[in-house]
Amino acid sequence: MEEKKDKTGLLREVLDGAAGLAGSYAATLTHLFRRPVTEQYPEYKRPMPARTRGRIILTRSPDGKERCVACYLCSGACPVNCISMQSEEGPDGRRRAAWFRINFARCIYCGLCEEACPTLALQLTPEFAFCKDAIEDFVYEKEDLLVDHGGKDPDYDFYAHAGVAAGRPKGEHIGEDEPVDVKSILP
Amino acid sequence: MTDILCGILVMLARMAVVLAVVFGLAAYMILVERKLLGRFQVRYGPNRVGLFGLLQPIADGLKMLLKEDIVADGVDRRIFLIAPAIVAGAALFSFAVVPFGPTFAVFDRPIAQVIADTDVGLLVIFGLSSLAVYGVALGGWTSDNKYSLLGGIRGAAQMISYELALGLSLVPVAMMARSLNLTDIVSAQATLPFALSQPVAFAIFVVSALAETNRIPFDLPEAENELQAGFHTEYSGMRFALFFVGEYVNMILLGSVTAIFFLGGWNGPLLPPIVWFGLKVLAVPVFLIWTRASLPRLRYDQLMALGWKCLVPLGLANILVTGALLAAGR
Repeated sequence: MEEKKDKTGLLREVLDGAAGLAGSYAATLTHLFRRPVTEQYPEYKRPMPARTRGRIILTRSPDGKERCVACYLCSGACPVNCISMQSEEGPDGRRRAAWFRINFARCIYCGLCEEACPTLALQLTPEFAFCKDAIEDFVYEKEDLLVDHGGKDPDYDFYAHAGVAAGRPKGEHIGEDEPVDVKSILP
Repeated sequence: MTDILCGILVMLARMAVVLAVVFGLAAYMILVERKLLGRFQVRYGPNRVGLFGLLQPIADGLKMLLKEDIVADGVDRRIFLIAPAIVAGAALFSFAVVPFGPTFAVFDRPIAQVIADTDVGLLVIFGLSSLAVYGVALGGWTSDNKYSLLGGIRGAAQMISYELALGLSLVPVAMMARSLNLTDIVSAQATLPFALSQPVAFAIFVVSALAETNRIPFDLPEAENELQAGFHTEYSGMRFALFFVGEYVNMILLGSVTAIFFLGGWNGPLLPPIVWFGLKVLAVPVFLIWTRASLPRLRYDQLMALGWKCLVPLGLANILVTGALLAAGR
């Protein structure tokens, strides 16, 4: 390594150092006069992307009926066991949840329930700020969760595809073949 | 008799005013620092409590008062409890000798705008600033925590090293003013502030004063990314607040001292003396905050090298040159 040989070398070093310091002071000074980038939260709420994972809802199909068939898949997928329900059969022959409960105090908003849901009934919404004074208030029942729209897939109707003869007769479902007369295919 | 009573009353009033102003300034200096630092980082500072966050210091003070004052097991209780008071007390005591303006008269009675106009004001300030080291070192040592201990040791080493450079930078000032009395030093700068006639001493003073106040880039005693919080790691509640307020009182003290020694005190055109003094006093903390936003922290060996190999020899050389020039000019 080269040693400092003469006084001009030392002087240059001092000047370089001073210039470096002045540069950083100048940089912060220019930032002082820029507009802050902070978003003032309660006054300004940033529009969240549609797929943000926030509060969970239970949606309805286009005909206004509940989509949820109480299959327990969301409950099974939930890593923190915050979803519980009891299934029953409704008067129209469709399965549904007798009661459906999500404990939002325990929910980690991972979205695994939404991915598990076969009927697109359970969906996460961008709403994330719902504070409560008491922890018991975070236990949402079915009537708190149910909404009157289809969420992210408003046109999807599970029973139109299901192949279950509840609501629609055999052969009437989308993409379903004509019912086969089993006696006609005997050898 | 009435003379003595009046004297005592004036003295008490002066002390009350100085204490109130200094504490109020220190509290609001915290807000100014947070807001200014925020703007340097392209964000707003605190702006929720009150208009523009102006009540934030009060809210912070209330919070600190209501917090539990934890004294950890294994600390040396008595010294642990006293240490924060030493830091804040030493900083506050120094204001006793700081003159805020020229003497004026009320009912033909001269009222000096200083609590104690001693002939050794410079030395008193030095002695008290050395005393503040005890708060840092003892607080770190008695906390019974390795990080606190390291912070305390660093604080002591740093403050002792830079005390020397600080003293050497003020020797030319005393030489040119021919007095250690702070009022006389200010009057000696009626035409030209010492910052212009003694630029090298001014530079040494600013750097070593920065180190004395333990602020970035010399905040090694509380370097949060290596020592958590250094010497005040174990402190909480109002005792932590005392350390904190002590730091800000120190900043204001540094502002006053810089104004008196180098910026010409209350001398200035047009505006009344006290306004000039206030402006000069406040300019220094703003510069310190600006520095905090701009510079990274020095390494420990760099700190020591800068102090001993650079500032101390430079200060000595400056004294020699000043002395030679004064002798030649006589």
